[in-house]
Amino acid sequence: MDILLAIILGTLFGFVLHRIGAANPQNIINMLRLKDFHLMKTIIWGISLSSALLFLGLTLGIIDPTHLSVKSSYWGVIIGGGILGLGFAIAGYCPGTGLAGLGDGRKDARYFVVGGLFGAFVYMLVFAGLKNTFLMQKIAGGKATLAATGNPSFISLIESVPGVIVALAISLIFFIFAWKLPNKTDNDS
Amino acid sequence: MSGQLNWFRGGIALALVFLVAVWLVKPIGVSTQFVIFDGIIWNLFSDDLVQVNPKTKTGYSSTNAYLNKSGGKYAKNIANPLNYSYIFVFGIILGSFLSAKTKGPKATEKDRQAPEVWRQRFGSCIYKRYLVSFIGGFLVLFGARLAGGCTSGHMMSGMMQTSLSGYLFTLGAFATAIPLAILMYGRK
Repeated sequence: MDILLAIILGTLFGFVLHRIGAANPQNIINMLRLKDFHLMKTIIWGISLSSALLFLGLTLGIIDPTHLSVKSSYWGVIIGGGILGLGFAIAGYCPGTGLAGLGDGRKDARYFVVGGLFGAFVYMLVFAGLKNTFLMQKIAGGKATLAATGNPSFISLIESVPGVIVALAISLIFFIFAWKLPNKTDNDS
Repeated sequence: MSGQLNWFRGGIALALVFLVAVWLVKPIGVSTQFVIFDGIIWNLFSDDLVQVNPKTKTGYSSTNAYLNKSGGKYAKNIANPLNYSYIFVFGIILGSFLSAKTKGPKATEKDRQAPEVWRQRFGSCIYKRYLVSFIGGFLVLFGARLAGGCTSGHMMSGMMQTSLSGYLFTLGAFATAIPLAILMYGRK
């Protein structure tokens, strides 16, 4: 059953990534050089809507809070994000869209994915040396969320307001941002 | 480009995929599976990389510190590759293929070697593009593993759950990606 769901959901994800144009590095590079924001609008609106529906689902008891998986916050998240950003900018792919690029028949995506396998491999080799450095030091207790999720494994940073209200407020801010962001900037002609 | 969804419809489609995944199974993530793939290959050439070990939480352990972490979670997935997360990433390739073959946006043969923005800036020598793609992939996955997730796991799934780590990751990623993209490809 798990395997069937993996095939269905994975295929759906790849299909949607391709349909929003995320498999095309042109769109990602143009987003990052602040020229064409349609993909950024799509992603921010996607986060906004999924977050609102997720927290409504949790509140109504439709979604099981044990399905959530909040990642830990530590210094390596910011530094690692920064390293990822460098590769993201020069190649125009991230791990998911690189795989979608493979499905789209893109040859540069093959080199990206092979490079990625090497990068992950080198990380496996150096992890033992990084394990006890500041990089792994937790921020705000580790697995923290802004909105209370109802899952006791995660710390909520805003406890005085019900989680669904916090999440809906953030979601609204994201929506307005996505809506107001121009599709293309002026220097596009 | 034709075949591409506008931001409003695209965002709804993206939101529904992330929502259904967490409703039925768990949040979407991709970059961990690059480690699992590497581990499966490595394990073919090693006698002791992954072992059955009843003393750990998952029942597996590894001689590699990274694969051994969280009670041997990665070691277990390497020993049993037919698991949800691993199969999921192969689905991405299939889904994108199906979209390209139906009414999705069409890439030209040249686009498949290097995007137009690259060709305008650096010409049509494809080997430079392949080398830069390789280096980009290396940095992206090294960074993603240090961060504990990528654009899917941290940015989308993370911020969907209002995870602090998702916001931190996104700030870190855009702080380097935007200046470098402008530096390399120009503003116009």
